Amino acid sequence: MEDEPLILAFCCHYCAYAAADLAGSMRLQYPSNVRVLRLPCTGKLEVNYLLTAFEHGIDGVLVAGCLEGGCHFLEGNLRARKRVERAKVFLEEIGLEPERLEMFNLSSAEGPRFAKIVGIMSQRLAKLGKSPLRPDCQTVHQNIQAMTDQADAALAGAKHDCCRS
Amino acid sequence: MIVADRKNVREIRAMIQNHQRVLLVGCGTCVTVCLAGGEREVGILGSALRMALRLAGRDQVIVDQVTIERQCEDAFIDALAPRVGEYDAICSLACGAGVQALAERFPNTPVYPGVNTQFIGILESQGVWTEKCAACGNCRLGQFVGICPITRCAKRQFNGPCGGSRDGRCEVSPELDCAWQLIYDRAKALNKLDELEAVVPPLDWSTGLDGGPRKVVREDQCIAGLGPNA
Ligand code: SF4
Ligand code: SF4
Repeated sequence: MEDEPLILAFCCHYCAYAAADLAGSMRLQYPSNVRVLRLPCTGKLEVNYLLTAFEHGIDGVLVAGCLEGGCHFLEGNLRARKRVERAKVFLEEIGLEPERLEMFNLSSAEGPRFAKIVGIMSQRLAKLGKSPLRPDCQTVHQNIQAMTDQADAALAGAKHDCCRS
Repeated sequence: MIVADRKNVREIRAMIQNHQRVLLVGCGTCVTVCLAGGEREVGILGSALRMALRLAGRDQVIVDQVTIERQCEDAFIDALAPRVGEYDAICSLACGAGVQALAERFPNTPVYPGVNTQFIGILESQGVWTEKCAACGNCRLGQFVGICPITRCAKRQFNGPCGGSRDGRCEVSPELDCAWQLIYDRAKALNKLDELEAVVPPLDWSTGLDGGPRKVVREDQCIAGLGPNA
């Protein structure tokens, strides 16, 4: 575990989050080094969420939204893709591999595809290695937990401050 | 509003290369609205810069961030003043006026620009801003049915169109509307075509930038006894 790259998955409540749940119910095997962070829609995602994750030392980030044309909020997933592309430009400028970040689309019924996506990212990160920005593993876990708690609090309607300094 | 866009992180990193404690300062007015230098963009640049510095082996450099309501007005800079002593450089994400306001207020702290100030313009559609005014100091919009040929005609013609206008497009680029086609169409719709018959004399550019920086003074608003130099 200590040596495995850690992946943060920003998952849309309406598709990828349900697909992850389904993958669990189906007892599908997928790499355990992924932490799922639920968003009300990937349209909620902003470039600062993605960069903050990398700044906290996460090795890779995947964003999983609904199939194109299938967004619950019409175009949240299309906006998310653009923001992922913009965040990749920043990663390139600062000297971190943009491939550490990727956007995927799937439906809530695609448990096996969720498992496959995690596998793809996991393999890619195994090649890239751990992020050069990574502090010790425990700190990364704590950071992920803090981000997840803040996201849950935000979803519960509380005001969040995860992206402020 | 004043429209700006971001600078490459590498350029900003190079500008601050001799500093150890850097404060990024956002502005809550124009650059917030055009998504170049508000609280969110300052956060993004802060994250990006800290990561870039760590990757370059300069972990010890401190990069903090703060956003104030407006950088081009000294009263708002007060909120920032108590913190500035902690830093050996400021990078301002305001327009060029904001950057210079901070430089004037803090004579002992180097101030660097964090965005590229582009123009005075409007939000054309979500995520798209276009230039509308070149601040000539002698507005002639009344003669051109509300469409500025100085800003929007590539040749700044006062008596257009030129021979290069084709199907409503400017010869300089097929992406550009011909300003004079727009002026003609709008004048026609407003039943004002006859007003375009008159030959418009050249602009009096003495109000423009060529005479050095301009100044607007409202005596009635100046603090009594101190005058415009207060
Ligand atoms: S005429 Fe001058 S002031 Fe008026 S819109 Fe054009 S550039 Fe701006
Ligand atoms: S084509 Fe129209 S906008 Fe372009 S330079 Fe000529 S008059 Fe100006």
